[in-house]
Amino acid sequence: MDFYLTALLQGLCFSGVALGIYISMKIFNIPDITTDGSYTLGATVTAIFLTHHQPIYITLPAVAAAGATAGALTGVIHTKLKIHALLAGILVMTALYSVYLALMGRSNLPLIDVSTLFNIINISADPNHNTFWILIIFVGIITLFIGYLLKTDFGLAMRATGNSETMIRALGVNTDRMKIIGLALANALTATSGYLISQQQGYADISMGIGIVIIGLGSVIIAETFINWLRLTSIWLSLLLVLSGAIIFQFVLAITLEIGVNPIYLKAVTAVFVLLIVSLPRINFRTAK
Amino acid sequence: MIDIKNIHKTFNTGRSNQVNAVNGIDLHIKSGEFVVIVGSNGSGKTTLLDMVAGSVFPNQGSIIVDGKDVTKLPDYRRSQWIARVFQNPMSGTASDLSIIDNFRLAAIRTRAKGLTIGINDTFKNQVKEKISTLGLGLENKIEQPMGTLSGGQRQALTLLMSVMDSCKVLLLDEPTAALDPRSAQVVMKTAEELIKDYRLTAILITHNLKDAYTYGNRLILMGEGLVMKDLGAQQKSALKQNDLFDWFG
Repeated sequence: MDFYLTALLQGLCFSGVALGIYISMKIFNIPDITTDGSYTLGATVTAIFLTHHQPIYITLPAVAAAGATAGALTGVIHTKLKIHALLAGILVMTALYSVYLALMGRSNLPLIDVSTLFNIINISADPNHNTFWILIIFVGIITLFIGYLLKTDFGLAMRATGNSETMIRALGVNTDRMKIIGLALANALTATSGYLISQQQGYADISMGIGIVIIGLGSVIIAETFINWLRLTSIWLSLLLVLSGAIIFQFVLAITLEIGVNPIYLKAVTAVFVLLIVSLPRINFRTAK
Repeated sequence: MIDIKNIHKTFNTGRSNQVNAVNGIDLHIKSGEFVVIVGSNGSGKTTLLDMVAGSVFPNQGSIIVDGKDVTKLPDYRRSQWIARVFQNPMSGTASDLSIIDNFRLAAIRTRAKGLTIGINDTFKNQVKEKISTLGLGLENKIEQPMGTLSGGQRQALTLLMSVMDSCKVLLLDEPTAALDPRSAQVVMKTAEELIKDYRLTAILITHNLKDAYTYGNRLILMGEGLVMKDLGAQQKSALKQNDLFDWFG
């Protein structure tokens, strides 16, 4: 049972990555893989601030700002230098590797005997339950913020930028600037996942971000499958499904380990699982026709 | 309203595929004029319109809209005066957004898109009322994604969207080219009414000579990046439809 609770907690921690990918991929239609970098950057900044005994409420904005800077950089490279978004993301992600090595001074920074989000707030006596409630509140606030944002005039302009660029330019929106803001927002969200995970696991590591983008993609694709299947148009339900996607994803991994698959194959299972969710609806569709 | 002074546009300068799209056009369009531009493919009509809209910048010359030199302003800043309807219905609307979302964005074309929710019941009723004037029965579907509508419906809505915010100039780039005859007629009738009701200055590009004959109060024939013929209101009304066909004979 604890095993699945851990998966649930992990899933909640990864909701930032999932929401980030939802914004870059679904809202802006940009394949952004700065994710691996901004996630680790978030963890790095968290570890450095907390080991220097900075309070968590100062650490969080710093983490978000760091992630936003990384995203904005990808955005500037993509829009101003006209470089493909994938390459722009890879370039920033690669460069960030040196950034967090330089910042931490080593490859791994443990968070021992420091105040973290999960040990200074006490909601429940059971540490796992405590973590759960803190995460629920944290993710709830972020989701409310994103949901509200997407409903505002600015949010509509964001959505239109990814949907019909000619239209929204004709309606007075600087789409380059909008994409830079969007990628900054997406990567700020991703960095908050690094913030949560590093505090939950108790360390930051330069290689912790490898393959993280697939978690976000998987979550969004799971959500998208349901959105298309149920023909949903509501922003709130879509966001909720993206969050559920992040949790489902962690559960699949937990089940994989539970049935005795060697952890070596975990990444392969992840890739095959994502392939399955992408391809299954199409296969069904073809036979039905 | 629009002053075009000696504008030139060349694509791929110096290369083997160099195209001299517009080769020195001077045009003065008065407020309230409805200019129809015809011309064969490659005559520079669309390039001219794109330069007025700001999505293409001229190599030489200047463009003045409503007394302001806009030559160097990008399209998203010229939206203060200019609304556009594109040839492709997909370009003028956002498919994944609902009709009401599309209208909200159009209603703040000249303003900043802020961090407040602008869609409320008053706005919805206002949009419903506007849409009902089309007589297409779309007023009860405002929550539907734009993508569920036909091309003709989308073009008609794009036209309505252009007058949701203050609009001085309306640019129509072959708005009916992708539509069936009946939808095309609805769109052209709507355009004509809006231009009249809101006293818009309009430029219409079309390959449909019947439309060119029927609509507008000034007719321009373009060829090889130049103005070949320029007929004012009186000359245009004296023109017979067959004369127009002869231009392309």
